[in-house]
Amino acid sequence: MEYWLPVVYMMIMGFALLVYVILDGYDLGVGMLLPLAEADEKDMMVASIGPFWDANETWIVLGVGVLLIAFPLAHGIILSQLYIPVTLMLMGLILRGVAFDLRVKAGDHRKGLWNSAFFAGSVLASVCQGWMLGAWVTGLQGGTVGLLFSALIAVALPALYLLLGCGWLLMKTEGALLEKAIRWARFVVWPMAAGLLLVSIATPLVSSAIAERWFSLPNMLLLAPIPLATAICLVLVFYLLAHPRLLREGLGWALFAATVLICLLATLGLAYSVFPDVIIGRLDIWESAASVDSLLFTLVGIVITLPVILFYTVYVYRVFHGRATALSYD
Amino acid sequence: MLDDPVLLARIQFAANISFHILFPAISMGLAWLLLYFRWRGLRSGQRVWDQAYAYWVKIFALTFAMGVVSGITMSFQFGTNWPGFMEKAGNVAGPLLGYEVLSAFFLEASFLGIMLFGRDRVSPRMHLTATLLVAVGTTLSAFWILSLNSWMQTPAGYRLENGVVMVESWRAVIFNPSFPYRLVHMLLASFLTCAFLVAGVSAWRLRSGVGGPGTIKVMRTGLLLAAVAAPLQVFTGDLHGLNTLEHQPAKVAAMEAVWETQRGVPFTLVAWPDEEARRNRLAVEIPYAASLILTHDAQGEVRGLNEFPGEHPPVAAVFWSFRVMLGIGTLMLLVSWWGAWQTRAGRAPAPALLLALSWMTFSGWVAVLAGWYVSEIGRQPWIVQGVLRVADVAADHPPATVATTLFGYVLLYLLLLAAYIGALRHLALKPAASLGEHSPDHYPNAMSGA
Repeated sequence: MEYWLPVVYMMIMGFALLVYVILDGYDLGVGMLLPLAEADEKDMMVASIGPFWDANETWIVLGVGVLLIAFPLAHGIILSQLYIPVTLMLMGLILRGVAFDLRVKAGDHRKGLWNSAFFAGSVLASVCQGWMLGAWVTGLQGGTVGLLFSALIAVALPALYLLLGCGWLLMKTEGALLEKAIRWARFVVWPMAAGLLLVSIATPLVSSAIAERWFSLPNMLLLAPIPLATAICLVLVFYLLAHPRLLREGLGWALFAATVLICLLATLGLAYSVFPDVIIGRLDIWESAASVDSLLFTLVGIVITLPVILFYTVYVYRVFHGRATALSYD
Repeated sequence: MLDDPVLLARIQFAANISFHILFPAISMGLAWLLLYFRWRGLRSGQRVWDQAYAYWVKIFALTFAMGVVSGITMSFQFGTNWPGFMEKAGNVAGPLLGYEVLSAFFLEASFLGIMLFGRDRVSPRMHLTATLLVAVGTTLSAFWILSLNSWMQTPAGYRLENGVVMVESWRAVIFNPSFPYRLVHMLLASFLTCAFLVAGVSAWRLRSGVGGPGTIKVMRTGLLLAAVAAPLQVFTGDLHGLNTLEHQPAKVAAMEAVWETQRGVPFTLVAWPDEEARRNRLAVEIPYAASLILTHDAQGEVRGLNEFPGEHPPVAAVFWSFRVMLGIGTLMLLVSWWGAWQTRAGRAPAPALLLALSWMTFSGWVAVLAGWYVSEIGRQPWIVQGVLRVADVAADHPPATVATTLFGYVLLYLLLLAAYIGALRHLALKPAASLGEHSPDHYPNAMSGA
């Protein structure tokens, strides 16, 4: 119990944050693409994420909630060390969340203002999340290397979100907007791919412990499928973008799915790199775990609700399946 | 003040939680009211109820979104502002917050999508069910978060091991002594807030000539809800007060500004509690009334603030917040009864009633905030009554950092509050036709072609 419970919680936390990155990632991405579209296209873009964003955003609360429930000590340390990016991210999330509604409810003369707020909030939240991820991967050390690394991921993660957003629009829209989504995707895939590559190179350089795990035999061979599969997904994304006819004919989902797989593989790689630390090199999951009794009590609720959440998440996506046509978010 | 990091952290947390509570206070009650509208619409087939649903679900969506985004802030601020709280009391706070998140997740956020956009995509029964699940979800969220708050006021079911709280009985933790009273008190507060919002916005519409017969029906629904909830709230508030007197006597002493322990305590209507001189200035009192209210005995003994040297809350803030809450509560009772009587049997609402209701649109907010200030300022200097002090759990950020972010938050919140009220006015003053209330499909497809 004392061994397994924290491990289970770490898996749940990783899962929740992965789902967050994918789900809120695409709607943050759509938010960042907003200024590039025409007025009626903007409405369509917002309509395509309207029914989902509330639930998407709740996954970060679950992820941080598990950190708080299971690893209270780490929750305190991580969040107080990341005080400023956390605060800015929250302001971004607040701004975009309310802009969603206010852009259509506050009257037409204010719509431009709230569109800008929606864009700015999306960018701020994405960049801060990237920064926080970078800071966490380098063990919250700070210093020049740490800052550079944080800055790198502060660009790479938004690029990933942008690609997810483009993939979402490829599935949800048609006509001129679909063409635009293809153009945007062709552009953002470059910083995304470069970011992925640089992060893969930089992570082992920044942390020797991580390097040792990956580049010693036989680990290197056993782990080879992860980078290999990532490379295949990336090639698929580039192939689809080079053949836009396929995307127009309905293979938009393949681009989205390949990007989601990249997220999944990156998370697996990261999990392998850092386990069992919750603050890398400083605190492991057992040192920071709450009491066994408290962990068990909450686990009952999680085991009951998580499958139901997943079930109806799928249900909601089925109900709103298909391409967005008109805005009714008012 | 700007160089005290603990005070700044408290003000920042208070600003966030005050902003947050405004929205659940509406959406909790409004979710049940929407369920009622939907149910009446399905049962009677009368279009006015469907129109009422279509109109108020828009306001619900906006309110819910404000609640979600400000709620996300809370889950992070436990860590950024009070790291010591999670370290010491995490074994209780973690699971209760966890269940709050799960139930919010479980029912609210996802079914909200169907509730808002799914009317043409699912059966009426499924749509009614989605509305019900959202209402249950909001209430369940309140259940867990109020359980945690109550545990911080009246901790039970735990033991301390090396200064860390360990749970002995979850039943005792969840159903701690003040929890049942606080839960009912807050739910009724939410119903009252929502009832006056609904009646007030309807009054705006009627006063500016954009409302119709449906608007009057909705307004009367709000009035009747308030007329029932207000006396229940007085009764619950009294029980809650007795419970507080038993478990947190220092809070009650501050609420009544009683300095010395005595029998036959007068109720102080207004006064300026002077903490330096430890007495009330300019007091207007009703003899024996405080003893009568608090102990249900004119000669009952009330313990005074001087019995809790250095361990009682700031008196003036608690004293005045309590009076603001009482005053608005009384006003709500009077106005709702007057309104319910005046609009009986299809009588048209009097202009004076409409004016009063439009002035009281947001009265629930003021009462809710005042009530929470009594409860939370009244708990000081403790974060967990008698167990953990606020000063011992605060983070040590540089005061300048906290002051800057506090300024940013407050600015953002004021802006958003103005935008929220502006959007309510904008929606309220739109003629019914442009809101789609008279068009056959007031739920245009969000998406087409499944």
